[in-house]
Amino acid sequence: MSVDTATVKKVAALARIAITDEDAARLAPELSNILGWIEQLEGVNTAGVEPMTAVIPNQLRLRDDVIDADPLTGGGIRDALMANAPQAEHGFFTVPKVIE
Amino acid sequence: MSDYRIQGATGEWEVVIGLEVHAQVTSNAKLFSGAATAFGAEPNTQVSLVDAAMPGMLPVPNMECIRQAVRTGMAIDATINRWSRFDRKNYFYADLPQGYQISQLYHPLVGEGAIEISPDDRNPDATKTIGVERIHVEQDAGKLMHDQHPTRSYVDLNRSGVALMEIVSRPDMRSPAEAGAYLRKLRAILRYVGSCDGNMEEGSMRADVNVSVRKVGDELGTRTETKNVNSVRFVMAAIEYEAKRQVEVIEDGGRIVQETRLFNVESGTTRSMRSKEDAHDYRYFPDPDLLPLELEEAFLADCRASLPELPDAKRKRYEGLGISAYQADVLTAEVEAARWFDALLEAGAKPVAAANWTTSELFGALNRTGRDIATSPVSPSQAAELLALVADGTLSGSLAKQVFEVMLETGDAPARIVEDRGLKQTSDTGAILAVIAEVIARSPNQLAQYRGGKETLFGYFVGQTMKAMGGKANPAVVNELLKKALA
Repeated sequence: MSVDTATVKKVAALARIAITDEDAARLAPELSNILGWIEQLEGVNTAGVEPMTAVIPNQLRLRDDVIDADPLTGGGIRDALMANAPQAEHGFFTVPKVIE
Repeated sequence: MSDYRIQGATGEWEVVIGLEVHAQVTSNAKLFSGAATAFGAEPNTQVSLVDAAMPGMLPVPNMECIRQAVRTGMAIDATINRWSRFDRKNYFYADLPQGYQISQLYHPLVGEGAIEISPDDRNPDATKTIGVERIHVEQDAGKLMHDQHPTRSYVDLNRSGVALMEIVSRPDMRSPAEAGAYLRKLRAILRYVGSCDGNMEEGSMRADVNVSVRKVGDELGTRTETKNVNSVRFVMAAIEYEAKRQVEVIEDGGRIVQETRLFNVESGTTRSMRSKEDAHDYRYFPDPDLLPLELEEAFLADCRASLPELPDAKRKRYEGLGISAYQADVLTAEVEAARWFDALLEAGAKPVAAANWTTSELFGALNRTGRDIATSPVSPSQAAELLALVADGTLSGSLAKQVFEVMLETGDAPARIVEDRGLKQTSDTGAILAVIAEVIARSPNQLAQYRGGKETLFGYFVGQTMKAMGGKANPAVVNELLKKALA
């Protein structure tokens, strides 16, 4: 499968990544190569093989329903959260106005 | 079945409706982080590094959210998938710091189920089954405020990462009334189960409304999706408007475009949200941060064992006790009222009398005083005591009403009120006969007329006697003694 520059531009727009026409022209064959490699992998017969989700036997761990049990993954850290925000006001992050 | 039709210029049209309901899961912490979920906190105070999508943070699912979604699935007799998986739904918006929502597209936690609805509340036994295609769990987004600043939008991420259940119905509804009944029933089930508080004003439950129209018996038409409608009334209004609009478009020679629309609360109309068209390319893929979710049999058994009696089962049980279908429906509609009524029965009240009293006297009084069952000044055991005083003849119906009024004001026990205010009903024939004699003695004209054949005057004598006795005479005894005295 080959990717054309129009597809590259569309994907870039969906991800809000600004690219120039030259970027798109350079990226199209690069992405085509990657997809070509994946096509090659698809040639392997995987009938009856379970999809592998991890390289070691592992189970999804669940957390208990406790607020702020671990300070690293809890709330109440507004100042730290905002420290690197380009523009924060009155406890809010702010962005250029987005409205329907 | 529904005979709701849109009358078009070319004949009758049928409306086909499916609902995707987003219900906020009741939990202390968020779906993938330890930040709190409580409504109304100061902006961005309930946001963790995970919810703000700081680099390197890994999501770890909250077991309680999974448990609540499984219990909800069980409550609608749905298949529970012991193997499910999380996917990334990619889109770019300021309320979504990750740039993707963690959701479940390919392998949802809960599969096919069903909900039984009664679209006509005067006839609760006329039911229809609405299919539920799936329930999956996903993250909520943050909130944007556009009116705080002339050129900036404010972002509050408190909701970001809160667990939602998306409950997707089959396109089985055919009228606004059926959609309303479905939403009310779903809300009741969620509240019985305790998996969502059902508070639509606070956004705990929102519906995306899928509507299409067709000539009766035709293939399904193209549907539109009206997003984020947040009350039963608005859902019904949106369907009504959207169905009429679609019929007009088609009959004018146009065609319906599959699109997302917005409901305007003020005008009751919907409008296209064309600017988001691109966003439909969500490029879903399995979230590499999360292993598949595998559930043990013991976990499922625990979920099943923790389910309470659900509205349908409760309604049938009440009907089995001799309570009318209508009253059983009213009593089971809200979980708090149903639990209150169960407590009343447990306190020994007779089911039929208890149902009559609760649905008329209690609900009437709560309505009148702007209270709900949770803030009822009368407890189930006090109510049982009042009903027992009526059952054993201590109080007549009208005395019971007086006692109840005092209970509402003071919160006192009925026996004490009866004692303190001397409201006891009397069946003392001697006392009643004395009053009757007195009434007859001062009403010679009425007596002559009554004996002359004007039998409606019997009511006059009853009234006079009751009045003279301060409403405390046993009405049955008064009737019997008066009949004899006047004959």
